[in-house]
Amino acid sequence: MQTKNSDGGCGTPSHQQFEGEKSKCPMSEHVMGNVSQLDDPFTALRQGDGVLDIDDQGDPVKMVLGLKDVRKAAHSWQLFQSGAIPGRIVVPSEVAIRDVRQLPFELDPPAHKGFRGLLEPWFKRPAGKAYQDKLTDIVSIMFDSILDNHTAINKRSSPEMVTHDAVKDIALVLQSRALTVLINVPMTEAQTWINWGTHVFRSDDNPLDASKANVLYDYLDEQIAHAKKAPGEDIYTELLHAEVEGKALTEEEIKGIMILTFAGGRDTVINALTNSLAYFSENPDALNFINEHPENLNSAVEELLRYFSPLTHMGRVATKDTQVAGHDVAYDSRISLCWASANRDESVFESPNEVNLTRKANPHVAFGFGIHNCLGATHARALLRIWVGQLAERVARVEVVEADENTEQWGEVARKVGFHKLLVRLHKRA
Amino acid sequence: MIKVTFNTADGEQIVAEGTGGSMMELALENNVPGIDGDCGGVCSCATCHVHIAQDDFAKVGEPNDIEKDMLELTNDVSGTSRLCCQVPLSEDIDGISVTVVRD
Repeated sequence: MQTKNSDGGCGTPSHQQFEGEKSKCPMSEHVMGNVSQLDDPFTALRQGDGVLDIDDQGDPVKMVLGLKDVRKAAHSWQLFQSGAIPGRIVVPSEVAIRDVRQLPFELDPPAHKGFRGLLEPWFKRPAGKAYQDKLTDIVSIMFDSILDNHTAINKRSSPEMVTHDAVKDIALVLQSRALTVLINVPMTEAQTWINWGTHVFRSDDNPLDASKANVLYDYLDEQIAHAKKAPGEDIYTELLHAEVEGKALTEEEIKGIMILTFAGGRDTVINALTNSLAYFSENPDALNFINEHPENLNSAVEELLRYFSPLTHMGRVATKDTQVAGHDVAYDSRISLCWASANRDESVFESPNEVNLTRKANPHVAFGFGIHNCLGATHARALLRIWVGQLAERVARVEVVEADENTEQWGEVARKVGFHKLLVRLHKRA
Repeated sequence: MIKVTFNTADGEQIVAEGTGGSMMELALENNVPGIDGDCGGVCSCATCHVHIAQDDFAKVGEPNDIEKDMLELTNDVSGTSRLCCQVPLSEDIDGISVTVVRD
């Protein structure tokens, strides 16, 4: 079994992001403008051709931009497949650096159905109260530590100066701790994943570096071996005893599921949590509104997900000569479903570039669409609802001290997706 | 109280009663299998798909364009399909019967 690398299925930012524009704003809050703004860089292209052609390591991609075209292509799994060679539906392609097929998302029906059906009950656990209580504790502990200056992470600073990097100190930690609940392992495991840093699936200077992700592969080998010797109630044990179509899973298949579980919810959840702090820093009224009208928490979170679109797009491979958005697509060439552009489609969303926390009908595709829609969505939604709910309840004001934006470059288009660093101070409610 | 009868995919019949909110919320409160309501009711996930009984469809009415677009790409759509997060519980729909599409 070859296990070269994975950069993760969902949540993989562009390798080109590192060439992208970065803006450092080490200024005071008074001059710090637009930190929360996430422009839609696809507007003109979506209204024009409806597609954006980009190159990716010599394997071009036609990005589909309109919501209806994106949904239709996502729905047409026979025409636009996911079960291509491993790594090819990810953009940038991971074909050169990984052999393990990520499951279930790099499969087509009928094989897809068996794996999805197996995993669905496990990944729906976050809809239950006991699960959400655990997430609530994780989020509470985070706020306790941030809002109590005596135990703040930056101990050397005087209380009024305490700052936290929303990416590293808050989002990465919350994401890791919450993941222990999803895979049902002790909370202590989170520290291992936090120590990997935000970029465990790639090196800082080379996102397609095969050696970096071996940390994750080796870790998973150990975890699977441990679960064999000492079965528990964790996902590894569950998968070791599971069958799909009457057949036990191979270790390669278990690894394929776990790599997706680790990678798919990492950058995406980190971006969503960090972007929410940036958003509320410039929209304190929104924070007060949710605090005073918590019945709007759900629509608020869905709207933030639409606006943030933590995963820009995901690819597919054409199974025959066809068309998308009125453009020819050749057999075995790639398209991508641009969730970020679709979520700003002015033909569907009124005032698409404005955040409207009470938007009633909000048919966004932040978690994808169709049979491959995000398996971790129930977990992500539960975490975000609890996070935003407590933020509104406990924090009066989010102050951004310094921001280093994370901007992806897709052909001629640059898209801000989050931050490399976002230094914040959280001011608690009286 | 407004009464809705949910017929599940495996033949179970659940009679639920409520006073407000949406038909999706009523289904969740009564643990109706096949109604997940993942997106919480913003018409983004199609996990609350029902077929309204033919005789009751006029009481519920046609979906709006956003819901129609969602239904167009949803499996097992019929002429009386609705996403029940978009159906408010009101006196108008009291006593209707629906069939849950997903199992």
